[in-house]
Amino acid sequence: MAGEVLVLCEQADGKLKVISNEILTKGREISTALGAGLSAVIAGSGIEPLGQELSNWAGKVFVLDSLQLASYTTDGYTKALANLITAQQPKLVLCGASSQGRDLIPRVAAKLKGALASNCSDLRVENGGLVATRPVYGEKTYAQVALKGEGLQFVSIRPKAVVPIEPEAPAGGQVFKIDPNVAPEDLRTSVVETIKGAGGMIELTEADIIVSGGRGTKGDEGFKCVEDLARELNAAVGASRSVVDAGWKAHSFQVGQTGKVVSPQLYVAAGISGAIQHLAGMRTSRVIVAINKDPEAPIFKLADYGIVADLFQACPLLTEEIRKLKAQQ
Amino acid sequence: MMNIIVCVKQVPDTAATIKLDPTGKSISQENITYVLNPFDEYAIEEALQTKEKFGGEVTLVTMGPDRAEEALRTGLAMGADKGIHITDPQLAGTDFFGTARVLAAAIKTVPHDIIFCGKVAVDDNAGQVGPQIAELLGIPQVTAATKVEIAEGGASAKVNREIEGATEVLQTSLPAVITAEKDLNQPRYPSLPGIMKAKQKPVQKMTLADLGLNPAEFGSGASKFEITSMAMPSKREGGRIIQGDLPVAVRELVKLLHEEAKVI
Ligand SMILES: Cc1cc2nc3c(=O)[nH]c(=O)nc-3n(C[C@H](O)[C@H](O)[C@H](O)COP(=O)(O)OP(=O)(O)OC[C@H]3O[C@@H](n4cnc5c(N)ncnc54)[C@H](O)[C@@H]3O)c2cc1C
Ligand SMILES: Nc1ncnc2c1ncn2[C@@H]1O[C@H](COP(=O)(O)O)[C@@H](O)[C@H]1O
Repeated sequence: MAGEVLVLCEQADGKLKVISNEILTKGREISTALGAGLSAVIAGSGIEPLGQELSNWAGKVFVLDSLQLASYTTDGYTKALANLITAQQPKLVLCGASSQGRDLIPRVAAKLKGALASNCSDLRVENGGLVATRPVYGEKTYAQVALKGEGLQFVSIRPKAVVPIEPEAPAGGQVFKIDPNVAPEDLRTSVVETIKGAGGMIELTEADIIVSGGRGTKGDEGFKCVEDLARELNAAVGASRSVVDAGWKAHSFQVGQTGKVVSPQLYVAAGISGAIQHLAGMRTSRVIVAINKDPEAPIFKLADYGIVADLFQACPLLTEEIRKLKAQQ
Repeated sequence: MMNIIVCVKQVPDTAATIKLDPTGKSISQENITYVLNPFDEYAIEEALQTKEKFGGEVTLVTMGPDRAEEALRTGLAMGADKGIHITDPQLAGTDFFGTARVLAAAIKTVPHDIIFCGKVAVDDNAGQVGPQIAELLGIPQVTAATKVEIAEGGASAKVNREIEGATEVLQTSLPAVITAEKDLNQPRYPSLPGIMKAKQKPVQKMTLADLGLNPAEFGSGASKFEITSMAMPSKREGGRIIQGDLPVAVRELVKLLHEEAKVI
């Protein structure tokens, strides 16, 4: 498959993650534009059924199956993936800039001396070469980056940057099950425990709708009306840094330059002023709603829809209206 | 006793207004104040706490132009012991892997039991250099760490890291590269005596030649990337305030979100 586009997929508990569909969609677009074949790789333990699923997308599917790959480790996955790439010689390896992709791909790229454009928001083919869009300086500008040279290239793409589209017709790919030969002693780092977040929590970076609260919520108690709204919308809950630093919410809720970068369909900011570092984390949201009692709050400059009001009154009303809307549907 | 290394980068202040220079391919340096990369503050703090527990020495390493020494002085004022500043005209435009190669070469010149980096540099937004240093040094890594507990004797550590919807607790052998997430600790501010003392602390200047690296392999000419242009974010048509009595405005908002924006 020398010269092909190889998409690194991710799974959890034997199910393909959404990010995989996003990157496969991009991979199909790029491989078509390059006139190159598309292949996919997935790693884990006991994940053979996924090979079949991926064969709808790609001409070749590599299933790296081993007990040693049951949970993600840098060492195990680096070895398995680097060996596969060395054997298959793709031109481009595409993956998601998820927590796994951000840990794994820089290391694999270094091992194989490839070029890596990381955390991209887009990728396209121009004059036969790859051009990536990289958000830099806290989303204040976007660098258009041409990947130079003939060598191996890696691109990681942020979650939610691509709208996943299922293949029209199954690609009918060939599935290769590979034992990656990872031994326990290869793993210098091991997972002792995985502590799940609060029950039912939707992961921010994967959410279609996010409702975030800021210092205007005045505390833990006040945050409840933001959470009620989120629940009614089936949304993930986010927070500004002020809320996190005050200890009202854990850091995993923080949106922004030193938190998470999110790109949902709908972002509701309640009691958030819209500091530049907060905007760095949410400015690519498709639709932004701001609720703030200060008409001069900078968030209104960015918001598609704004309501100047006390959030403690506006959020419950909004929750109620959405409940009514859902009842009608 | 632990030899602790921290890689630090100087970046534009996150509050800075970014404008492009006339080429349109890089940012204008005008009116920009430079600071220590915010994630590197957490890395330094963790290094200082590690030294306080186990004894040893904290060495800061930076690669960058002359002004990058300010980032070292900030870290020295926080309490780090010494700095290495790799600076060389040939380094301008070096790509991420090139940066990692330079830093790894510098780290090899000193004893290192643990290496802290930031999770990401907030200017280039790469998040590559930490794991790449680890690969080049042939040691393990843990990225985006929110808690580090080094075992007695310093041969291993238990590290928490945030992943989607969960926290992972990892056990790693040392030496390793650990990259700092914001939640890791509360960085201290440099004290006044700290700032005074920092001026006297040793900073070793090094060039590519000093590190035994071939200058032709670095700089923009050797970079595997070319920035062809920079685009400012598309202006959002913001500022559409929905007027009226609150219950009416809220009803109108829901209608717009449903019928116009089609997001609910
Ligand atoms: C290096 C660095 C990194 C940073 N990273 C981040 C980051 O990742 N994420 C982040 O969010 N911030 C970050 N910040 C902090 C950022 O600069 C702001 O301080 C922060 O975003 C402010 O949070 P806030 O909007 O909740 O609070 P404030 O700025 O205090 O705003 C509160 C808002 O609530 C409104 N309000 C008050 N009461 C009500 C009410 N009853 N009803 C409605 N509205 C009300 C007020 O009008 C005000 O606009 C960073 C800062 C630095 C220096
Ligand atoms: N020029 C540099 N000098 C020293 N450390 C750096 C440099 N570039 C990156 N780093 C380190 O690598 C981390 C991640 O940077 P990056 O991969 O550029 O996002 C930073 O937080 C620093 O710890």
